[in-house]
Order: sequence, then structure tokens, then C-alpha cells
Amino acid sequence: MSRAASTAIKPAGSSADRHGTRKALRHHRLAETFAAWSLAGPALVLLVVLFFLPVFAIFAIALTDWQFGASNLSFVGLGNFKEVFADEGFRASLVNTILYVVIVVPGTIVLGLTIALLIESGKSCRAFYRAIHFLPFMATLTAMAIAWEALLHPTIGLVNQTLAGLGLPTANWLRDENTVLPALAMIGIWQNLGYAMVLFLAGLKSIPQDLYDAADIDGADLWLDRLRTVTLPMLGPVTMFVFIVVALKAFETFDTVQVLTQGGPGHASEMLLYTLYRESFEYLRTGYGASVAVVFLSIVVALTLIQARVMDRKVHYQ
Amino acid sequence: MSAITIEKIEKSFCATPVLREVSLSIADGEFLTLLGPSGCGKSTLLRILAGLEVQTGGSVSIGDRVVDGVRPKRRDVAMVFQSYALYPHMTVAQNMALPLRMRRLSSWQRLPLLGRFMPGTNAVVEEIDKVVMRTAKALGIGHLLARKPGQLSGGQRQRVAVGRAMVREPAVFLMDEPLSNLDAKLRVQMRAEIKELHHRLGVTFVYVTHDQSEAMTMSDRVAVMLDGELLQVAQPQEIYDDPDDRRVAEFIGSPKINMLDARLREGGLADTAGTSFSIAGNIGPGTALTLGIRPEAFHLVDAGGRNVLTGAVRLVEHMGSDLYVHLDVPGTDHPVVARLLAERAPQIATGQTLHLGVKPERLLLFSADGKRLRHDHHRNATVLRIKERVQ
Repeated sequence: MSRAASTAIKPAGSSADRHGTRKALRHHRLAETFAAWSLAGPALVLLVVLFFLPVFAIFAIALTDWQFGASNLSFVGLGNFKEVFADEGFRASLVNTILYVVIVVPGTIVLGLTIALLIESGKSCRAFYRAIHFLPFMATLTAMAIAWEALLHPTIGLVNQTLAGLGLPTANWLRDENTVLPALAMIGIWQNLGYAMVLFLAGLKSIPQDLYDAADIDGADLWLDRLRTVTLPMLGPVTMFVFIVVALKAFETFDTVQVLTQGGPGHASEMLLYTLYRESFEYLRTGYGASVAVVFLSIVVALTLIQARVMDRKVHYQ
Repeated sequence: MSAITIEKIEKSFCATPVLREVSLSIADGEFLTLLGPSGCGKSTLLRILAGLEVQTGGSVSIGDRVVDGVRPKRRDVAMVFQSYALYPHMTVAQNMALPLRMRRLSSWQRLPLLGRFMPGTNAVVEEIDKVVMRTAKALGIGHLLARKPGQLSGGQRQRVAVGRAMVREPAVFLMDEPLSNLDAKLRVQMRAEIKELHHRLGVTFVYVTHDQSEAMTMSDRVAVMLDGELLQVAQPQEIYDDPDDRRVAEFIGSPKINMLDARLREGGLADTAGTSFSIAGNIGPGTALTLGIRPEAFHLVDAGGRNVLTGAVRLVEHMGSDLYVHLDVPGTDHPVVARLLAERAPQIATGQTLHLGVKPERLLLFSADGKRLRHDHHRNATVLRIKERVQ
């Protein structure tokens, strides 16, 4: 290094000097590259080992008929995928998952935003309301699912007791093909609500007061006009984020299905992640399970790409 | 008619007074600037005028109408914000059209898709588009109508904000530091444009700024505010030449006015900084005074004596046509700053001893509590006199 320093201050006169400077520069660049790799290295290794390799493994296994624990396997090409899409159980599972997402995502967004607006408009007990609405998100869903099972119990559950008390029709919520998916969706909304609410509250806080003032002066001073002119458009990026995160979480629903219904009655509440789990670890059809995982992965990646490519530009108003 | 009368406005935020009994009359078509350092309450006063803030006490009238408790949109005022407050999701055209849409269309007609099919909507929308187009062209932003604010430069956004205020032809324009987010060059240009806009529209402008050059160049009258109080309301030149209060004199003028503490003795002489100044009038000997001397009131003289400050040059700043000479004068806390014409001043070097003369009539006298002492020619007396303001 001392050599590098001494050549750096000398005016670049003779060719020997210039040679020295170039050498010092190259040395410096090498040191920088080394530093960069050693800083990024650990994260890169983790990313490759924990993320890229498993994904490649899944793609590879999906093309085989491997069974968990089996010592031999053979290449079946797209056979697994053909079977997956021909399987009625899988199709039901896919439709159920999509239906579930279609109920949970808008429900969570609308309710979360409503609660955030209500909390923000009031002055008292804000922290309390925030906390109780956020609790379900913090709690372990498996434990909460048991509580929900008790609530939804056909005879002694609070829900049916209340409905009966009010003279309304009751149902066997988790054992009826028609009600099981909506019931699970309600639990999904209940669980994600707090998360959406907290994000919306943060979004509301970051809207500049100037915009509301301008809306007041421009004449948009009624509640609905303010909402339409300032609040909703300014919440665009947050809503987009909530949409993607809740959609991903809804696609990944597993705990409630496993604890409450095991996919039944029939296939009425079977969802993708549950199918994947059952095929891979209960029936030990790992190759088939992997091809379900590939389908699942493509949906998730597609959702993320939609956010990155299309919506981001729209909601940030560039 | 859109004269504004502000009567004894008071405002406190949680027991902290921000405005104390501010009274002010603004004539129809006047360009009045509220000038003061940040935190002096000038923006709060403007927001009370707009109806965005409710005063704790006092009353505001616009035109002949008392507007206390009237919603902002019914006050016939438009406001330009420091941040411009443009709606980022709307195009320039939509931003400018919004005030008209909110006024001319019913809430049914404003519905996103259905509104277009409501009777009469199309005619009104066409009319609004025409007004927006005309205004945009007048402001030179006609080619930007389809853009979003995020795609515009600071100056263009500023014009859009002004355009949004202009479209509804309000009786009063309120501007809250509209130029402070622009770079220096653009600020000077926009200063002239806003002044021209005022001439063209002929409506009342109330302009808030902390920048004295904006206040001095644009205003018909300047209202200097400090700590929630109105210290002086007068034409720019008068504020500069004839300040009512020591704080006004110190706030206006760059470089800052020189303030020398003096004590009066027999013979109408005030002793300060190793010299004495002749003070006409009949103030009692022993009175403590402050002498205010504007930097440009000094002229070079050859030797020390009465009405002459002598000191060593500490720093010379060349400003082109002028020189700012900082002088260490014995007996003063701060260096005395003199502004000399570059061509009249010979080569001045640091460390050199300089004699600066002041004509007695260019001295501004302030009493110990900061009030101005003026010379009353009729009685040949310098008296503490707060000028009766014509408001």
C-alpha cells in the first residue's frame, strides 16, 4: 500500500511511473471486489442453499415418480402435471383456493380500511382499538382455530346459539359443503384484518394535511368527497401492498384447514397447500406433491410480478 | 368587493398563544404580504382567513360578510400552498378542473361512470374544460394538461397550483410561501409573474413569506409579524426607512442594521463606541438609547470626530457594485457593517483603520424598550410616538 501511495502523489511522468499507477489501481480494484464478495457472500450462500436449490429440487422431483423414502425413481416427464390437472380433487382444491382468496382479499381490505378510518376519525382509545384488532394476527392460528371450532359448534357453539336466540336459521358450519368455505374465509378475514388495519393506519398518517386543506378549499369537504379525492387515491400504494400480502397469505392457508376440516366434507374445503401436504407427506407421493408445489409457486410468482410490473406504476402516479 | 377586515384575532394552541389580538384591514385589490420569521403566526393567520383554522377569538370579514364559521369553500378564497398540494393521482387538467367540478356539478353528476349519463353533465364538463384550457394557456402550461404532477418540475407544479386557484376566479388569493420550494433563479422569475398576475386579475392577494426580498418587491403593503403580534403595516419603503420598532428594523434589511447602545449627555450628544452623535430634540440627559444605522448610511471620511465611527477593518466582502466592510469598533459587541459603493471606496485592506461618518438625520433612534423615537419638527422634540396607522 505504501508503494501505491507514493506513486499516486508523483506526477505521472515517466512510463515506469505510469506502470506503477496502473498496478496500484488494479490492486485497489481487486481489494474492492474482494470486500464486496465477502460482504455479499454469506447472504448469497444462504439464498442459494435455502431458496434456489430447493426450488430446483422441486422442479426436478416434479418430473419423477419419486416416493418419499424410496430408493429408486424414474423420469416421467410431464406425467405428474397431466395427472394433477386431470385429478378432480386437485381441481376442486384449486377452485376452492381461488374462491377463498376472492372472499378473503376484498373482505380484508374493505373491513381493514373501514376500521382504520373509524379509529383515525375518533380521538379516544385509539391504542386500545388498534391493539384488539391486531391481536388475531399475533395469535397462533392453530390455537385460535380451536377457539373458532368451539364457537362454530353446531349445538353448543356461540354462533348457533345466538342465531337461534334471534330466531335465525342455524347451520352446521364446518360440516356442511355449502358453508364450510365461507366459514373458513370469515376466519381468514378475522385473522388478516388487524394486519391490513395497521398498514392502512400507517398509510393514513402519511397523507399530507396540505392535501386535505386543498380539498377543503376546492370544495371537496364532504366526507365522501374527501375520501374519493384524497384518502383513497393516496392509499393506493398501501392498498396494493395489502392486496398482494393478503392474497399470498390466503393462498397459503393451511392451519385452519388442517385443524378444523381436513379438507372435508368431501373436497369442499380442500385447498392447495393442504393438498400438497397430504399428497407429499401422508400419501408420500412426493413427485405428485412437487408438481402441485410448482403450480402453487407459479401462482405466487405471477402475483408478485403483477405487483412489480403493472400495479406499482399505477399506484405511485408516475 | 373583497376587502378583508381582521378584528382582534386571537389564536392559541393548547394554551400557547400564537396570535395576540391581531387587527388588520386589507383593501380590495391590494397585495398585502405577511412577513415574519418562521413560527411568528403568519401562516396561522392566513389559515384563519381561509377557514382552515378556527380562531380562538376575534372576527374576520371578507367583502361585507362576516365569515367566522363559514366553510372554506363558501368564503370565495383560493389558496396556493408551499407544497403546492396537487393531487398526485390526477392529471394537470383534472387538478385544475376539480374546484369547478365540485362547485358546478352535483354529487350525482360527479359519479365515476354514471355521472356522464346524468342530464346536463356534458355541457357543464365542456364548459369546465374550456375554462381550464384558457387558464392553462394563460399560465403557459397548456402543453402539460395530460401530465401528472410527478412528471413536472417545481416551477411547472407551482404554475399548476396557481392555475387551480385561478380557475374559479376567487375574490381573494391566499398564498402560503409559494416560492420557497423553488431554486433562487426561478424564485425571482416567479416573483415577477405573481406580481403580474395580481395586476391582471386585480383581486386581493394575501401573501405569506419569511423572505424579505419577496415582501419588498411584490407588495403594496407589508405587515411585519413577530411572536404573534403585528408590529407594523406599511408600504415596503416605509417599513425599511421608517420602522416603528427595533425588531422591524432588525428583521428588514440585508446586511442587518447596526445597533449601537448609547447614553445621552448634556448638549444633545449620545456617547457610544468611543465617539458621540448629535441628537436633536429634548430627551433628558442620562436616557439610554439605541442608535440604528443602516449599512448604507455610512460614508468614508478622513478623520475621526463627532458622528464618525472609527475602527479596524475585519473583513471586506466584494459584492460587485458594493463592498460590505466589517469593522471592529472598540466598545461594540458586534462588528459594524458598512455598505460602500465599490467605485467610491479606495482599496480597503483588512486591518486598516477606517473612519465612517453618519449624517445625524440618518440615525434611527429607539428607546430602551425597542420603540422608535421620532423627531417632531413642529415642537423640535424627539418623542416616542407610535404613528397612528391608517388601516
